[in-house]
Amino acid sequence: MSEKILYSYTGIFDTPDEIIHAAEKISKEGFTKYDVNTPYPLHGMNKAMNLPPSKLGYLSLAVGLSGALAALLTMYWMSAVDYPIIVGGKPLFSFPAYVPVMFEVTVLSASIATVLGMLFIFFKLPNNSHPLQGTDYMKMVSSDKYGISIAADDPKFDESSIKNLLTELHAKHITAIYYDNEEINHKHNIFEPKFIGFLLIAALFTSGITYFTLNKLMFMLPFNWMMEQEKLNPQHSSEIFSDGFGMRKPVEGTIARGYLPYQFAGQPDLAGEKLINPLPFSEKVLTLGQRKYDTFCSPCHGYNGEGDSRLRGQFPNPPSLHSEKVRNWSDGRIYAVLMDGQNIMPSYTSQLDDEERWATIHYLRALQRALNAKESDLK
Amino acid sequence: MVGLVLVVLSYLVDADRAAFNNVILYTFIASIGVGSLFLVYTEYLSGAVWSTAFRRISEFLSYSIYILPLLLIPVFFNIGHIFHWLHPEPDDKILAAKAPYLNIEFFVIRTVAFILIWILFQYLVTKNSKKQDTSLDQNLTTKNIRLSAVFMPFFAITISFTAIDYLMSLEPHWFSTIFGVYYFSGTMLAGLASVTIIVVYLNERGLLIKGLTNDHYYSLGALMFAFTNFWAYIAFSQYLLIWYANLPEETFWFLARWEGGWQYITIGLIIVKFAVPYIGLLSQPSKMNPKRLVVMSAWILFAHYYDLYWLAMPNYNKGNLTLGWNELGFPILAVGLVILVFTTKAKNNNLVPIGDPKIKRGLDFRL
Repeated sequence: MSEKILYSYTGIFDTPDEIIHAAEKISKEGFTKYDVNTPYPLHGMNKAMNLPPSKLGYLSLAVGLSGALAALLTMYWMSAVDYPIIVGGKPLFSFPAYVPVMFEVTVLSASIATVLGMLFIFFKLPNNSHPLQGTDYMKMVSSDKYGISIAADDPKFDESSIKNLLTELHAKHITAIYYDNEEINHKHNIFEPKFIGFLLIAALFTSGITYFTLNKLMFMLPFNWMMEQEKLNPQHSSEIFSDGFGMRKPVEGTIARGYLPYQFAGQPDLAGEKLINPLPFSEKVLTLGQRKYDTFCSPCHGYNGEGDSRLRGQFPNPPSLHSEKVRNWSDGRIYAVLMDGQNIMPSYTSQLDDEERWATIHYLRALQRALNAKESDLK
Repeated sequence: MVGLVLVVLSYLVDADRAAFNNVILYTFIASIGVGSLFLVYTEYLSGAVWSTAFRRISEFLSYSIYILPLLLIPVFFNIGHIFHWLHPEPDDKILAAKAPYLNIEFFVIRTVAFILIWILFQYLVTKNSKKQDTSLDQNLTTKNIRLSAVFMPFFAITISFTAIDYLMSLEPHWFSTIFGVYYFSGTMLAGLASVTIIVVYLNERGLLIKGLTNDHYYSLGALMFAFTNFWAYIAFSQYLLIWYANLPEETFWFLARWEGGWQYITIGLIIVKFAVPYIGLLSQPSKMNPKRLVVMSAWILFAHYYDLYWLAMPNYNKGNLTLGWNELGFPILAVGLVILVFTTKAKNNNLVPIGDPKIKRGLDFRL
């Protein structure tokens, strides 16, 4: 125990030129297991030390590429297989949209792999007891000196020749660095079977209890009062009714509130006789009617109802709404046209509700009176 | 010479098509000339030392700016066929709105002004640099650094508007705000690639100053690699935005490049300008090996020409691939012209700025 194990011989230099020269010399002598410690990176040191290019790049490349692939597959699975939804009219597998994400994931995974690989593979991170730590040598090279350390496990290592070599190079403070005996003989209690066994039992116990609580206990009486009930879940089929639908159709013959079924489908003349406009003639109604007229009627009939279609002959122009025939129609007759359509005009039942239809008719009446005013209007 | 004959021949056969190729030729030579000038000024502005030893190469290359007006003569003879904004349809609202910018008077004024600005800055910087060879006056470097700060905004504006005038306005209904940057990325690549080829060529024959190492090559290669990625980033950004928004007034530009044989050219562009240089320049040894570096630089120059062809030619003949002997003469002429300009300038001048105070440090540059 008292015998100290040699780690390396170190020498200190004052200028960067000297240390580069020394590194060149030592690599020329055939040493491989030596290291140079400087306060900051020195340009040209790689060459002086004859270092091969770092292998870290291959790790970055491999992890980066697998990151790109993982991102691609994930997005493909999510947006084209598992939950296919059309977004913005693009195909389910729309590669251009994936590219930015793939790029980001590539960069992220490659850089994380680089940093972690550097720390754990090349620096052997969990090991925090390097023999150079805490030595005077390390204190000097981390402020303003440049040091070289030739390790004892180098095949060409020979104590006296190393000393000579370093003196030849005019190194100062040539010292031998030994392993710290305490560190070498330090045993990690963590790996004792007793401790590992305890960890295993604790892990089993905790996961067992958790599993029992979450998966069994919570489903026993009286805990499951509201947990499991027959209800309608969004985007699921329902088990309440035999046909699998949660929503029901109204009972035959039911009429919804505020909605009157149209009884005169296909009988416009009858509608003209029976239906009367329920809306009072007011400014508010007229404004509503104008809005709806301009939206739905004016593209074909024109803003003034003269049949001057804005669609420029893509359809046959509709007849003017100021004809004798239309002016003499009752409101109910026009309502029938809105409900059933006429010639190539489609039905407007889904675009307009009941009130809007009547308001539009009021507005149309106003347009007609504006062109063909009666004597009484002048007063 | 072969190039010149082919070019003249293609003008005789099909003047319109030749004029379109002439536009590509103009933008290509402008890329090399202005790109090299930009490299010179960037070196001054950033205070880089590693590139000082071969800055003179970029200076010689930037003399190509002087032949730009010459290249424009055939373009202006056929200007009516190239730019259809000169005779717009009467009810074309987009072109009517762009008329204050796209009209022949302003166009000519712009072109002349840009070339004059380039020539002025090119003249000033090379004059100072050459004077330093004999006078060894260090204040000239300071002068050029100040000059470079003035040059940068001019460079940004002129290069963007050159791209808009000569490439984007070939299809005047289309607009892309990133287009100037797109062309700039190619300019930078062209400047770097041509400088790299010449530096490696001269240095391997021992014609340049002793002391240039693989580390210098590596830095040039790294910059080319970086700007290849930059180009891909910009090009893809432009594509993605237009693809995503899917507006008819923008997508038609890409659609024109996706039908009638053009789709092969478009796919080829991704491979030629991104995939090949990317893989070719990715590893460290490939940037240090002079042979591989020259091959990649030549490839990048080719890719830049290819890129310009992709930008310009679909406007000449939409829906039909235009590729034949008519196109062949122009790149040959381009290479010939650049070599001609370079050799006439390099013959009687110092190849190295020997008076520059940074040159010693530049030669000592190590990675």
